[in-house]
This record gives sequence, C-alpha cells and structure tokens, in this order.
Amino acid sequence: MSKKTKMVPMPSPGIIPERDVGKRPALECVNLGITFGGLKAVEDFNLVLGSSEIAGLIGPNGAGKTTVFNLLTKVYEPTHGSILLAGRDISGMNTAQVNHAGIARTFQNMSVEDNVKVGMDQSMKYGLANSLFHLGKYRREEKVAHNRALELLDIFHMADMANAKAGSLPYGAQRRLEIVRALATNPSLLLLDEPAAGMNPVETAELMETIRQIRDTFQIAVLLIEHDMGLVMNVCEGICVLNFGRVIAKGTPEEIQHNPAVVEAYLGKQKEA
Amino acid sequence: MNMKLGKLGASETDKLRHMNSFGRKNAITYGFVIVVGAILMALNATGGLSSMMRGMLVPICAYVVMAISLNLTVGIMGELSLGHAGFMSVGAFTGTAAAISLQNLIPQAGLRLFIALLVGAIFGAIFGFLIGIPVLRLKGDYLAIVTLAFGEIIKSIFNNLFVGLDSRGFHFSLLSDKTNLEPDGKLIIGGPMGIGGIQKISTFLAGLILILVALFLVFHFINSRQGRAVMAIRDNRIAAESVGIPVFRYKMTAFTLSAAIAGAAGTLFAMNYSTIVANKFDFNTSILILVFVVLGGQGNLLGGIIAAAALTILPEALRQFSDYRMLVYAIVLILVMLATNNATFRDKLGKCGRKIKSIFGGKAREKEETANV
Amino acid sequence: MALLGYIINGISLGSVYAIIALGYTMVYGIAKMLNFAHGDVIMVGGYICFYAVFSFELPWPVGVLLAVIVCTVLGIVIERLAYKPLRAAPSLAVLITAIGMSYFLQNAALLLFSSNPKVFPNFFTVTRADGTVKNGFELFGGQLKVAYVTVITIVCCLVIMLALMLFTSKTKTGKAMRACSEDKGAAQLMGINVNATISTTFAIGSALAAIAGVLLCSAYPMLMPTTGSMPGIKAFTAAVFGGIGSIPGAFLGGLLLGVVEIFAKAYISTQMSDAVVFAILIIVLLVKPAGLLGKQIREKV
Repeated sequence: MSKKTKMVPMPSPGIIPERDVGKRPALECVNLGITFGGLKAVEDFNLVLGSSEIAGLIGPNGAGKTTVFNLLTKVYEPTHGSILLAGRDISGMNTAQVNHAGIARTFQNMSVEDNVKVGMDQSMKYGLANSLFHLGKYRREEKVAHNRALELLDIFHMADMANAKAGSLPYGAQRRLEIVRALATNPSLLLLDEPAAGMNPVETAELMETIRQIRDTFQIAVLLIEHDMGLVMNVCEGICVLNFGRVIAKGTPEEIQHNPAVVEAYLGKQKEA
Repeated sequence: MNMKLGKLGASETDKLRHMNSFGRKNAITYGFVIVVGAILMALNATGGLSSMMRGMLVPICAYVVMAISLNLTVGIMGELSLGHAGFMSVGAFTGTAAAISLQNLIPQAGLRLFIALLVGAIFGAIFGFLIGIPVLRLKGDYLAIVTLAFGEIIKSIFNNLFVGLDSRGFHFSLLSDKTNLEPDGKLIIGGPMGIGGIQKISTFLAGLILILVALFLVFHFINSRQGRAVMAIRDNRIAAESVGIPVFRYKMTAFTLSAAIAGAAGTLFAMNYSTIVANKFDFNTSILILVFVVLGGQGNLLGGIIAAAALTILPEALRQFSDYRMLVYAIVLILVMLATNNATFRDKLGKCGRKIKSIFGGKAREKEETANV
Repeated sequence: MALLGYIINGISLGSVYAIIALGYTMVYGIAKMLNFAHGDVIMVGGYICFYAVFSFELPWPVGVLLAVIVCTVLGIVIERLAYKPLRAAPSLAVLITAIGMSYFLQNAALLLFSSNPKVFPNFFTVTRADGTVKNGFELFGGQLKVAYVTVITIVCCLVIMLALMLFTSKTKTGKAMRACSEDKGAAQLMGINVNATISTTFAIGSALAAIAGVLLCSAYPMLMPTTGSMPGIKAFTAAVFGGIGSIPGAFLGGLLLGVVEIFAKAYISTQMSDAVVFAILIIVLLVKPAGLLGKQIREKV
C-alpha cells in the first residue's frame, strides 16, 4: 500500500502533516475527471489526504466542489481517474459504503440515540429472528451499540439529549448529530459538505472545535467543502482551490491566502493590488 | 478513546427512563387489547353480547391485525399500499384450503386453526416477498398504484382459480373447472364461488392471541436494527444510504413481515364464515384498512387498533340508519382529515366544540373523559 | 375482420379512459395529488345527463352541457372544500380525503338516485325515413359493424387532447398551469394566482369527466352509483402508464389500456382481463418507472 502512496507525484493539499507521513493516506484521487455531455465539470483532480489531516476544498460558485463531493460519495461515476479510500478503490463499493454528512439530514422522527445507532447498523450482525424475538445476540449487540452511541454522543456533549427526538433539536445540534452518526460508521475519512451553512458565528466556532476534536479523538481525516473562509482558514491544515473544474492552487492556509491565482479567482483580475 | 464513566452513569439512567417510556407505551397497547378482550369474552360467556356483536368479534380481530400489518408498511416504512387486502386474500384462501385439506388428518379444531394461520402467514410472506421485488423498487405514488394493481390481480386470480383434492393429490386449473377429480375428491376452491363448506373454527380467543402475536412481532421489529433502519429510510432515504443502510433489503424485510401478518389475518377472517369469495378482498377493503391506519395515526399501533375496532362496529351499529351510514362514514373521514391537518379548520372546530361543551355542560366533559380512557 | 373490430372498440374504450386520464393527469401535474373522487364525477355527469334527458325531457346536447356545467362546479367545490385546506398537508392525508370524497359522492348518489341501474339511452342514433333506428354503420359488406358512439368517442377524445395541448402551450392560463406544475413557489413570485390556477385545473378535469361519463354510459349503458369507480381506477392506471402529469402520455396510456383490455377480453378471458391490464401496467412501470412519456425526475442529493 505504501508503495502506491509514493507513486502519487504530489503530496497535497499542501504537505501531508508530519504525523501522517508514512501512514496510509485516507484518500487519494488520481487524475479524477468527469464530463457531462462534453462539458468537463472536473478535470485532472489529484488529491492526497493524510490519515488524520483536516483539509478544505474551496472555490468560487460553480467551480466543481459539489461535483467532486458527488464523485467521492459515488453519486456520480467518474469518467476517468480513480478514487482510493484508505487504499481501497471505491469503484467497487456502493454509495452506502462511502460515508458522508450533508446538510441537516437527520432522521427527524427518531430519537438522537437511534439516529446514531442507525449509523452502527453495518457493524451489527444479528438477523431477523433476533429482531423479532430479542434473543441473546440481540441483547448483547444492542447493549454494545447503546454504550457506544452514548460514548460518541458524550464526546460531542450530546449525551443528555439521547432520548430527544432529532427533529426537536436546534439546528447546530442537528448538524453535530449528523456528524456523530457519520462517525458511528467508523469511517477513515469524514466528508463534510458545507457544515457551517446556516450557522451563526457562535455555532460556527463550536463547529471548528468539533472538527478538531474529531481529528484528535478518532485520528481520521476530514475533508470540508465550505464557503465560510474563516472556518476553512482556521481549521484546515491543507487547502485545495478549484476553479472551472481544475485545481488552481494547493497549500497551507497562509500560502492560499497569498496566492495570486486564488485571489484572482475570487475577486477577479485587479489592475493594481 | 477515553470514556467518561461518570457521565455515562447518568445517561444510563436516562436510557432506563427511555426504555420505560418506550416499554410503557407498548404495555398500554398490550394491556388495552388484553383488558378489552377479557371484558368482551366475559360478556360473551354470560350472554351479555347481542348476536350482532357476537358475530363481529372475529372480524374485528382480523381487521385489527390487518391494521397492525398495514401500519408496518404505511406508518413505519412510510410507503403507501393500496392492495393490502390482496395479502389478506392470499391468507384467506391458502389457510382455509389447508384447513379443509387437513380436516380428516387433524381432528382437533384448535391445532388445525393454528396450522391454517401458519399456512396463511407463510403464503402471505411468499406473496409479499415476490410482489415486493418489483414494488419496492418504485417510489411514492408509483409504488402505491402497483400495490393496487397487485391487489386486483390477486383478486382476479382467486376468482378464476379452481383447486381440487382427491386421492391423487391436489389439482389446479385456471378459468374453468378442469380438475377432473376422482369420485372421492372434493373441489376446495371453486373459482368465483370461492371456498364453500368451511368449518367455522375461528374463535375470538384465537383472534385475541393473533392480535397479541402481531403486536409482539411488530413492536420487537420496530425496536431492532431492522426497524430502526426502516424508519431511517422513511425519514430520509439518502441520509440512510449515506451511513450504509441497504435500503431495498430492509424494506423487503418489513414488507414481507407485513404481508405475513396480513396473511394470518386473512385466514382468521375466512375461517369465521362458511363461504369465502375473492371479491370480499377488493380495492375497497384495502382502502378500508388504510383508513384504519390513517385515522389511528400512522405508526401509532394502538390508534390503529382502536380505529379498526370502532370503524368495523360503526357501520353495523348504524345499521338502523342503513341508508345514511356510509354517507356519514365518508363525511367523518373527510372531517377528521381536515381537523388533523389544517390549523384553521382545527381552531374553528375547537370553537364549535367549546360551544357545544358549554351547552351540554358537564355531560360532554364526562364523555370526553371516558373517550380518553 | 374480428381483429379490426377489436382494435376499433379498443380505441374507443381507450378514448374514454384517455379523457378521464387527462383529468387525472392535469390535476396530478399541478396539485400533486391523486384525485380519487375523479371517477365518481364521471358518474355524477352520467346521472345529470340521464335525468336532464329523461325527467326534464331536454334535448340531449342540452343534457350534456348541463352535465358539464354541474360537474365543473362540483369539481371546483370539491377542491375548495376538501383539498384546498390540505395544500400543506402530507400527501397521504390528501389521498384519504380524496377517498372520503369518493365515498361521499357514491353514497350521496346512492341516496339520490338509488342503487337500481339506469339504462342510459344511446343518443348517437339515426332514425331513418322508414322509422327504423340505426345506431351504427356497416363496413366490408356487413362484416364489421361500427357504432356511431364508437366513432364519436374517438373523435371527441382526439379533439379534446389537441385542444388541451394547444391550451396549455398557447394560452396564458395554460402557461400558468405549466408554471404551477413545475414550481408553485416560483409561479407565485411571477404573479401567477396559484389557487385560481388549481381551481381552473379541477374545473377542466371535471368538465372532461362529465363528457367521459356521457360517452361511457352511451357505450356501456348501465348507470349505477358505482359506475365511475372502476373506469376511474383504470383511467388512473392509464395516466400512470403514460407517465402521470403528461397530457400526450395520458392519451397514449388510455388508448393502449383500452386496446389491451378489449384484446384480453377477446383472446384470454373476460374475467381475467383486469388482471392482464394491471400486469402490463406493472411491467411498464418496472421498465420505465416514470411511465411511457413521463419525465424522470432526478432526485436531489
């Protein structure tokens, strides 16, 4: 596996954090591209994410961020290139195996705890007979799931809400719940699609903390697609900038902030700066 | 990962409370069925029931079980089925046919009924599974119309199916009676004549037990990983997929279970009459069952049970107003839907209600209290 | 020759289904609801026409016009009273209300008109000079008999379909309808009166139901309170078959369903014809989940 990692020419975005060097990357996109009827929505997209890296994917509207996200979650099939998730090619997986959190999609009519347990479904083994008669295997696995759900909720300060209906939670908490649910699937990479959308500054600040906490606690990579520059610059270690479906810059937040191509993409060409 | 044991302890009690509230809701439902059932049985034994009510006991049980079954599809899974009577039909015909075939082999009525119910449930499950393969690939209204289509197809098939049994075994034919039975044989299913000469071995006690078993299965299912997954799919299919839920497989499980329960209900229903015909289980029956579920509150099993019982008795009780009863039924249905789904209408209704209450004074309040019990 | 006869009868029956299906499809396209009471409006139209001609001895064109007017008003009233308050309600609640409305119409008709079937007169006859009444013409030296009502039904259906297509593509109201079916919110922002547009749709659908009622009863002259329900269900099936929401789809679906039904009756079995029709519906939906001409809506991710 490590051989494969070395073959990828450009460690990106920026430089893989030192702690992740030598470990299997969480995500590798190799020459990824997709065309919609002649239109190249994304082209030559290369990205390597360290196993516990927090990275951001940014770009002006229509740059292709969501298309990349949809490629990663298998909503679209790439026209060329490949995606390796923790070293495994995802072309053989179904959507279900690629975990992500989107915009406020909790299971509104279920309890918070059950929301998290749904995320654990694939790690549970008991069958229909156990479901219908609650036999020993059911009781054992449900107990494990219950404890783990509470543990996860506790990390995000939501254990006291375990019995509340997900639909009754405030917006910020629903977003957090969604992240907890995604984490319950034991992912190696957490994809967050505009996690700060619709959040107020206080909630956004909490979100930054949450994202760091995820990385510290679970040692997994996080890829953000986000418009909120404050959030991205603050929390990401590496940033990849897309424009017109192509990567125009990669680097650390500082590098990106001073990259003329990025400034141009966002603000347009300026005669004098 | 470091566990914070102190906090976990606190949430452990939370969980207990949660379990209690969950368990309490179920216990109320079980309790309601047992208490009402016991009262009716006592009344029946002491001759306190009118002959009309006595005749209604088993059909009520069958419809209650149907309501539980459809609640699993509509309330828990969130898909509209307009052909649920089809599964009832499958259970009615297969279960009754089994009972008739076993009449000489198993003289004990109770055991024979049990086997018939089991056969009905198994065939219900088989049909549910087979129909689920195409149906559950569709969504929303298209799914609903295909269940309707299957209901009609099942009705047509049983209307034209001839099954006979003689010393050489079973004989099947479609459209016309070509079974050519030996002289000792008998025709079990006679096409549009349905099944005749059924020994009425369904009892109220059996009906009550079937209700309790159906409740047990559905409650346990809801509180399992399968049930959770199905509800998650109902709330948001894409989000469920995103955390690895195989949507089709789980929906299939729930649909098959629902069909199996409906099959058993059909057997129970059929074994209460001396003849049974396929036209009894038509589109209108499917709609009737759907009305139980929606009036009782989707996903609310107790509500569905009460609605099923009340709406089965209501038209019979209104028999003296026979001409108007279905009209009243239709109006009640529309008003309830308006009242539960439109705030302005509800407010107006509330005002009317308060006026009526103030006119009738304590009497109305008393009535309301009994209704709440 | 028998084959040709079956095809003509099938197209005629299919035309009736198509006219009913047009009403279903338009209402579904705009209000996104299955109007189960639609089939019963057909029955109401049949009764109005029947009583106008028999009890009040009006000429039949007046009877038909009266049926159209009454059904149009009925459609608008139903929409206002039962469906409009539920515009924001879950679709299941609206569906149950529509079923309730269907029961209501059937049972009201049962009280008003009794359950005894009325024998509906065939208006489309020619009285010859010698006094004999002719209700059709013969082709191929008498080998093929075609009733006038058959031809009139097919012509009616074609005219209605073309008129509707012109209406929805050329007129302001028609364009408003299409706008509402795409996006009600956006239509409202563009200054379209969404409620009025929905009412208009119900009015048109119900008027079509009245015409379908008269045509259906002329061809199959048994009029009962439940007359409308089975053709209603089949027409709805036809609308889904063709792709619900699509006007040409409803037309195509109706015709195909009619032909399939007549063929199934002729070649397979009368009792099993419904099963065959529904089986074909299922197969079509499996191959094309949005119907023959329906738009495949991409799910938002």
